[in-house]
Amino acid sequence: MSEPQRSDAPARIRQSYRDALREAHRDALRRDERVFLMGEDVGRYGGCFAVSRGLLDEFGPERIRDTPLSESAFVGAGIGAALGGMRPIVEIMTVNFSLLALDQIVNNAATLLHMSGGQLAVPLVIRMTTGAGRQLAAQHSHSLEGWYAHIPGIKVLAPATLEDARGMLWTALEDPDPVLIFEHGSLYGVEGELAADAGAVPIDRAAVRRAGRDVSLFAYGGTLGKALAAADALATEGVEAEVIDLRTLRPLDTATILASVTRTHRAVVVDEGWRSGSLAAEVIARIVEGAFYELDAPPARVCSAEVPMPYAKHLEDAALPQAPRIVDAVRRLLGGGA
Amino acid sequence: MTLPPPDEALRLLREMLRIRRFEEKCAELYAAEKIRGFLHLYIGEEAVAVGVMQALVADDAIVATYREHGHALARGISARAILAEMYGRVEGCSRGRGGSMHIFDTARRFYGGNAIVGGGLPIAVGLALADRMRGLSRVTVCFFGEGAVAEGEFHESMNLAALWQLPVLFCCENNLYAMGTALARSESETDLCIKAASYEIPAWPVDGMDVLAVADAARRAALAVRGGGGPVFLEFRTYRFRAHSMYDPQLYRSKDEVEQWKQRDPIVLYGERLVAAGLLDADEREALEREIAGEIDDAAAFAEAGHLEPVEQLERFVYSDAPPRVP
Repeated sequence: MSEPQRSDAPARIRQSYRDALREAHRDALRRDERVFLMGEDVGRYGGCFAVSRGLLDEFGPERIRDTPLSESAFVGAGIGAALGGMRPIVEIMTVNFSLLALDQIVNNAATLLHMSGGQLAVPLVIRMTTGAGRQLAAQHSHSLEGWYAHIPGIKVLAPATLEDARGMLWTALEDPDPVLIFEHGSLYGVEGELAADAGAVPIDRAAVRRAGRDVSLFAYGGTLGKALAAADALATEGVEAEVIDLRTLRPLDTATILASVTRTHRAVVVDEGWRSGSLAAEVIARIVEGAFYELDAPPARVCSAEVPMPYAKHLEDAALPQAPRIVDAVRRLLGGGA
Repeated sequence: MTLPPPDEALRLLREMLRIRRFEEKCAELYAAEKIRGFLHLYIGEEAVAVGVMQALVADDAIVATYREHGHALARGISARAILAEMYGRVEGCSRGRGGSMHIFDTARRFYGGNAIVGGGLPIAVGLALADRMRGLSRVTVCFFGEGAVAEGEFHESMNLAALWQLPVLFCCENNLYAMGTALARSESETDLCIKAASYEIPAWPVDGMDVLAVADAARRAALAVRGGGGPVFLEFRTYRFRAHSMYDPQLYRSKDEVEQWKQRDPIVLYGERLVAAGLLDADEREALEREIAGEIDDAAAFAEAGHLEPVEQLERFVYSDAPPRVP
């Protein structure tokens, strides 16, 4: 498998998702003096997931700003600072805590441009951890990014790869409008190889992570790895699954979704959110609206069980989408039974 | 409080009277169904907006509430632009997207028009944070009612502003009722300055029916804030003469109470003072009324003649027009 390294190939480095995020912050803080990071324990503690570790020493307490446990105030202060000419990055520890700041995100960040007739753009980036898989139970584990993707006026990103962890932040900071970045908690420690000169990436399109002809698997964030594992398993049975990483949950890249279904004629959507009213429901609605006559089978989805996330590991595992469940869903679609 | 020089003394009356007459016109236009949605009148509280604005310069910022016509007019947003907004016209200061509760004007650093009680405070803190980080000696004034002190966002914002010593002037307009709920029915501690002081923020009460007292307090507070002394909290004791909105039958307060407060009408009291000081006679007062009536008639005609945004533009201003940047 391993080929000799060509001398003109770009150098690659081994890095974790967490390191890639940290590099993205460092890069942004160096590039633009208007950029600063604020949130609970981002400074002296080093970030609750260690994303910002070391940044306080490098950039100082004005730009790596610890906040009180006041989600509404510091998210709102991020909005105000963005209006005042800064480029804030606000970190919220988990998506569940972001509910304490919903007023600011939904009533202000998402509406100010519209309510002001185009006068007040809010160039704010809000990052937060999402998702389950770490036995943190029902107040630290939910996947509410699909909820946020319901809201016009904000953009919603879900970096699933090292490249996106490294590259989405700068593009989001360059965006004139509020951007929410959801980092799945299971990804921080994932290591891989990344081009040493990796940089900004587009945030307006989905990506084909694996090409295939028999079925399209749509996933994002924490479920991308599971979809790819399912595709590997299916390949041993002679089924070629195409895996699409949605990447941007709002606005959805409908063109890439429909193009994939047009190639494969079958769709399975994998979403760690609850099934009812989910992002998966929206993706399937778009497929049915835009590619109904391309379908050889009803679209299917693999979502989280509709329970608050339980603590016990076997129950949590059972509640979440897993590769075997994705494989089963594909088999049913192909008529092979479960 | 001694009167300022004659020109300035008369200007204060003029500004309060503009707000009063403008809103009387709004009520009339609402009855005529020219204006819809919610309409919250500021009548009775004019001395607060006018007095506070005297302490600000062009570069300062204002965050206001949904009862903000007075603040907008006193800040220099034209009656034309405000009334056209209430008519839902593109000539409105928010292109008809906001209405009475969402008046915006970035040129005058007027950041709304916020209709979630307490929701503007964190934004004011952030505007002040930006000024601090950019080394600008500007003041952000944040208006809110006494009802907002029951919200968590009030306490979070007071703490953050004090903790980071940010240049915010918190202006609490205590008109005694949060919609229909009297302060004593919603707060265990009704002395609002004590709440602010508990965050180590200098705080003092001001007679909100006396425009000179308001202007004096605001000037002193703004000086301290601009000088880097951190936030200041002012409680303006005032009263709204009209209903909360156009749907309010006012079951929660007596007519006697309203009448008693009307004895302290800020425009009447201040007008009498100007007359007593020999700065205003009947002819001058009449000329002033005529001039203001002319301005308001002109604004109404402007709004009436305004244009409706084409429905094809419905989805504009959800995201910025600039195309997405592809690195």
